[in-house]
Amino acid sequence: MHKVYKRIERIAGNVVMLEAGDVSYRELAEVSSSQGTSLAQVIRIDGNRVHLQVFAGGRGISTDAHVRFLGHAMQVPFSSALMGRVFTGGGLPRDRGPAIAQNMIDIGGPSVNPAKRIIPRNMVRTGIPMIDVFNTLVESQKLPIFSVAGEPYNPLLARIALQAEVDVIILGGMGLKHDDYLYFRDTLEEQGALSRSVLFIHTAADPIVECLLVPDVALAVAEQFALEGKRVLVLLTDMTNFSDALKEIAITMEQIPSNRGYPGDLYSQLAARYEKAVDFDDAGSITVLAATTMPGDDVTHPIPDNTGYITEGQFYLRNGRIEPFGSLSRLKQLVNNKTREDHRNIMNTMIQLYAAFRETLEKQAMGFRMSSWDRKLLKYGDRFEKEMMDLSVNIPLEEALDLGWRILADCFEPAETALPTKLIEQFWPKEKGGEESKK
Amino acid sequence: MTENIGTIRGINGNLLSVEFEKPVLQNEVGFAQIEDIRLKSEVVRIQGTRAEMQVFEDTTGLRVGDRMEFTGDLLSVELGPGLLTQIYDGLQNPLPELAEQCGYFLQRGIYHEGLNRKTRWTFTPAAASGDEVTAGDTLGTVPEGIFTHRIMIPFRMTRRYTVEKVAPEGEYSLEDVIATLRDADGNTHEVTMVQNWPVKIPIRCYAERLRPSEPLVTRVRIIDTLFPVARGGTYCIPGPFGAGKTVLQQITSRYADVDIVIIAACGERAGEVVETLREFPELTDPRTGKSLMERTLIICNTSSMPVAAREASVYTAVTIAEYYRQMALNVLLLADSTSRWAQALREVSGRLEEIPGEEAFPAYLESVIASFYERGGVVRLNDGSTGSITIGGTVSPAGGNFDEPVTQSTLKVVGAFHGLSRERSDARRYPALDPLDSWSKYPGVVSDEDVQYARHILRQGNEVNQMMKVVGEEGTSLEDFIVYLKSEYLDDTYLQQDAFHPVDAATDADRQKYVFGRIVNILRVPMHFDGKDTARHFFQALTQTTKDWNQASQDENEFKEIEKKLDDMLAEVTEHA
Repeated sequence: MHKVYKRIERIAGNVVMLEAGDVSYRELAEVSSSQGTSLAQVIRIDGNRVHLQVFAGGRGISTDAHVRFLGHAMQVPFSSALMGRVFTGGGLPRDRGPAIAQNMIDIGGPSVNPAKRIIPRNMVRTGIPMIDVFNTLVESQKLPIFSVAGEPYNPLLARIALQAEVDVIILGGMGLKHDDYLYFRDTLEEQGALSRSVLFIHTAADPIVECLLVPDVALAVAEQFALEGKRVLVLLTDMTNFSDALKEIAITMEQIPSNRGYPGDLYSQLAARYEKAVDFDDAGSITVLAATTMPGDDVTHPIPDNTGYITEGQFYLRNGRIEPFGSLSRLKQLVNNKTREDHRNIMNTMIQLYAAFRETLEKQAMGFRMSSWDRKLLKYGDRFEKEMMDLSVNIPLEEALDLGWRILADCFEPAETALPTKLIEQFWPKEKGGEESKK
Repeated sequence: MTENIGTIRGINGNLLSVEFEKPVLQNEVGFAQIEDIRLKSEVVRIQGTRAEMQVFEDTTGLRVGDRMEFTGDLLSVELGPGLLTQIYDGLQNPLPELAEQCGYFLQRGIYHEGLNRKTRWTFTPAAASGDEVTAGDTLGTVPEGIFTHRIMIPFRMTRRYTVEKVAPEGEYSLEDVIATLRDADGNTHEVTMVQNWPVKIPIRCYAERLRPSEPLVTRVRIIDTLFPVARGGTYCIPGPFGAGKTVLQQITSRYADVDIVIIAACGERAGEVVETLREFPELTDPRTGKSLMERTLIICNTSSMPVAAREASVYTAVTIAEYYRQMALNVLLLADSTSRWAQALREVSGRLEEIPGEEAFPAYLESVIASFYERGGVVRLNDGSTGSITIGGTVSPAGGNFDEPVTQSTLKVVGAFHGLSRERSDARRYPALDPLDSWSKYPGVVSDEDVQYARHILRQGNEVNQMMKVVGEEGTSLEDFIVYLKSEYLDDTYLQQDAFHPVDAATDADRQKYVFGRIVNILRVPMHFDGKDTARHFFQALTQTTKDWNQASQDENEFKEIEKKLDDMLAEVTEHA
């Protein structure tokens, strides 16, 4: 039987300190006071002084609360019975189903040996031209969606999850609004995907420490599914809340902040989660899609900035569209040479021309006369935005490429596109127009 | 050696406070023990009878009262034949061997010898008994892939010795004694093919350091032509995320004209390392016809691997680079990214509760960065031959802002600055080196006069472009407009390069000289047009044709044909005075 300690020396924020012996680092403890019982984790030991981070928060903890150490670190259950269920960050059921306690696995396990990874090779088809054509999503990629609060990033995540061909969907919700949680649950259910999904949800009303656990719990479960050979898609929304929770704990622990109050190890903390994305050479894979809201639409804010250095590209969601500038899928080069030979050239040319269109727009706004080239660009940019960038467009990659050629042919002469002559001979549509009238 | 055991008194993240009795060294290595797992640690600060130690692993499960076993050694690497083609973590554990032992995950507390003790090497003696020798002198050689690997007197043996006996030609494994030496006091020393060297101390067994003067051809046009790197020089690539730092490093690691490439993947994405380690064995080195892997060594401590080992990894890499430099080889060390390494320093410094400097980086950041880059250079060895280490480090500045401490400390000590710009990468102009901001102090491969002219055109073109934003195209004279088009043409066809095209990805020095000469000549031609639209139209066609030219292999007819076509196009617009 584990010894029970009954005297808490210090309570600050969500961290309590007591004197105890024979405690191991990161061990779990159960803290019970008149306000209820909560799990807590050892985050620092200094001689016999033990600092505990209380999952349910420090509020209502009495100085004579009972603390019992459990002798192991944080664990979650793993079995196929998880499918279709909703849990809290602490691994307790959030729906009305029974608790699951068998086959407990550790969370926050060691990182994958790079020698056991393979080069990602499968494209994830989403039906969204801005992704499929311009920034192809690849299995085992880790990719955030950068947006400001208010953009439809959660519907976009849900749509990608439903259209992607994966075996298991794991949703880690951090600081979600309760209606967003219900939106995810209902959408998955309506589309018949709930039975292959596991949801770990921390809503904005729940204790902040549980928010920190969500990615670890979700990714530990994902890892087990991947080892069983399943292709897993993990959705994490919103990682900004996770980072803010880190900041809160760091400040409580009196750590020296590095940049805007965030701890110096923000990069390592985020990387430890995102790097769980993997393609095993003889098992399944984990693809991680995350939402990161940028405070003040500022990409140089520490959270999006550190995230960008960790992830393999990013999608900017702005005005309800995926921005072609700044959005990048670093892994697209690994797959877009196997789709169709014109894919890469269409991708580059259309973006370069769209950039020229943006410049022309600026000139137009300043009242300069439009040259004939400018007028061509204006026509092109308009069609590009309507027919390619709009998120409601839902067509397979090949159709999107054909559409690209038609738009180019309607707006430009072949030489103006600077496309290689060989491709122009093969793909340039012989007849102009038609697409607009069909729409 | 007597055992030196300490007791753990405090645990905060990966920092332990350890009480000790017998003397300990600063930076001494120790092993913390949880049951039968031993976790490698390093002393980072000593106060009274307490040593603060950073652990190179996850500390979950450690208890106050657990044992710390001090080893009496500094953090070291093993040096000897068999280093090349290896994939190590930051502490020189071979990752493929760890994978065999532990499966998918990196289990903590599992360490592996850096060099295989079973491999047998064919040793050819070079020294004879009676020779006078000292540290770094060659005793004999073994073939290691395409290189002749020198077996040298261990660098720590800095006195004068007389060779008593050298093993005859034959097959030996690493720990076989291959020579016996006697010092002036008459003590004998046995030498094997493997030696240890503490990573944080530079190897200095050379006669003198020389000034880097020879260009190192990377086959990236904008680098070799405008911002060259010298053998034995140092350069840095700062850039915001997504600007193509890593692709640039990968291209360089493939095509750079050096003997050995050491890639230190320090705190970056695991996926990038995987690309290198899966692709390199399949690629052939154009210089030797052998697999590229034979000249490559990867030190890989990716972002999710323990932070303290990340700090060690750049030192492990540079120490191995110094070892091969001692064999009169040219080594290129690519560190990606030095910011992650600096952040590792910051994390440790924060836990030690040191007084922070700018952005919470420790005050000693600058000197640490400077002493790292200073380990590069060209040296004349004691036997008269030369070897070099070129260091190229990427920097990942927070928010893409070059004013932050790591970029600024790095810029002070490097010889070339390849600044990547977000604007260029957004416009898909790769490699995204900013042609106006970047600089280099090293000599390049093409004629200096041409480079000056090209710079002049780029600057003027930029000025015209800025002006056009204010006064519009109609307010710009046709003359200025042509300058602008010329600078865009130079940018589109020469500075930009398609890293994924088989021909365009790498342009050797000869082709650079030829093509650059031609393009500068085109820029120099005075041209006549009726109006801006015809001018634009002409340059669009010219750009397209020149791009086709870039994609044509130099040995094929196509190359000549396109060149002819360019001449014809040009003749039509040339202004005849």
